[in-house]
Amino acid sequence: MRISEYFSLPKVSSKSYKVWQRNKDVFMKDIKLNFLPPFLEPLLYLAALGFGLGRFVEDIDGVPYANFIAPALIAISVMYASFFECSYSSYVRMYYQKTFDAIIATPVTIEDVIAGELLWGATRSMINAAVMIPVIALFGLIDIRYALLIIPFAFLGGLLFAAIGMCFTAVTPNIMSINYPVLLFITPMFLFSGTFFPLSALPLPVQYFAIAFLPLTHIVNGIRLIGYGTLEPVLLFDLAWIIVVCAILLLVSINMMKKRLIV
Amino acid sequence: MFGFLGPNGAGKTTTMRMIQCVSPLTSGSLEIFGLDTMSHPSEIKSHMGVVPQENNLDMDFTVYENLLVFSRYFDIPRDEAERRANELLEFVHLEDKKDTMTESLSGGMKRRLILARALINRPKMLILDEPTVGLDPQARHMIWDKLRSLKKQGVTIVLTSHYLDEIEKLCDRLVVMDYGKILVEGSPAQVIEKYVGSGIVEAEHNPELIDCLEKKEANYEVIGDLVHIYTDNPKQIAEYLTMECSLSKLSARPATLEDVFLKLTGRRLRE
Repeated sequence: MRISEYFSLPKVSSKSYKVWQRNKDVFMKDIKLNFLPPFLEPLLYLAALGFGLGRFVEDIDGVPYANFIAPALIAISVMYASFFECSYSSYVRMYYQKTFDAIIATPVTIEDVIAGELLWGATRSMINAAVMIPVIALFGLIDIRYALLIIPFAFLGGLLFAAIGMCFTAVTPNIMSINYPVLLFITPMFLFSGTFFPLSALPLPVQYFAIAFLPLTHIVNGIRLIGYGTLEPVLLFDLAWIIVVCAILLLVSINMMKKRLIV
Repeated sequence: MFGFLGPNGAGKTTTMRMIQCVSPLTSGSLEIFGLDTMSHPSEIKSHMGVVPQENNLDMDFTVYENLLVFSRYFDIPRDEAERRANELLEFVHLEDKKDTMTESLSGGMKRRLILARALINRPKMLILDEPTVGLDPQARHMIWDKLRSLKKQGVTIVLTSHYLDEIEKLCDRLVVMDYGKILVEGSPAQVIEKYVGSGIVEAEHNPELIDCLEKKEANYEVIGDLVHIYTDNPKQIAEYLTMECSLSKLSARPATLEDVFLKLTGRRLRE
């Protein structure tokens, strides 16, 4: 496969909705269990870090510590939900359950299957954000008037991390190897993307690196701006970064998976 | 009903995957229902049912849900899908297992459910890759029975199998292939008749017997400790051997597809 082929436009049809629907149906079977983490996690983090550790921390840019980390918790959940859905879970469906093989024996194509998986990953991110917003708003940590805007933003961010996860699924030799990107990419982002302390506390070159290459930086920043109700122009930069990188990675991830699966 | 035979690595599954429009063709062309597989995969697949070699039922769903979820991939409306799902569960005798998760089904039940799933779109053509592998005799006979009744309903069935008795019993026409090439084509009876004759006499190998056979210019083959003598009249040969070559340990039997298979593709083990 030549490099340019990774960027060619895959033929995705509305049939990818059927694949999305299949994953949604499985999710709904365990809806109570699936809703628990996004409900409970912000409570735990806010109690321990926001209100516990936060008592010893000065205001950051005039914002109390709990208010500072609350939007970041949503961003982190957006990242984890779709990344894990399109890495471990997609790999299990592809390799162990042979779900993709079964589906491509029908009029649904392999491109539709991957597109459906990516859309579902993004949907999971959106669901997590939608569950967390009222919990966090209850503590008065985000502006509820703007908070609904976070939901479509979470879908977009989810799509980005779904595509990232899918790229790793396309190249991983086995399920254990997905631990590498988690350890070397996802976990550092969890800590160093302006999540628990502002980016400005890092050395300047690292700040530039984070802005250029760490997707979570832009999602944290975006949700923070929307959550505080301060819709500044810099939000457009974050949005543009996410849209451009997301579009590229969506193409690449579908083409990479096609290459892996068509033999 | 059409059968593909061949040792492991002969190219059967690859051929099947090309027919299913899953694997791309590297050269030549392939038409199903008069449509090219490379340019019309969705149209072809909407009229095709597939029973794959590996079990790929959706483990996240029950038996009934498996059929309904699958029907959506074919855009079958919900009430029509429910009607067909119930009909098909009855057809493969799985009505009682409707709400069981597929994981807890036995091997035979899983195969039957896969067959039902392959029929959800009322296919004109059914492709089966080793449909009865690992099943007990009861389950195999039941699958055969269902395939025969589908054939009567006018469904074209394409089958690969390592169980040669299965192909012999079911198929109207077959090919034996090896290393991606077709070696023989015809009905099971024709193929047997043409390549080994209708009967076989099996005898223990000894030099006297070989001398005797050489004199008669018989068509024979030495296989380890055994000698196979290919003939259209096994009884006569057996009697002749007992009288002329003073042999006692021998048996005569009708030739089978297995004899053709081994003769054409050799006895060496395959990967």
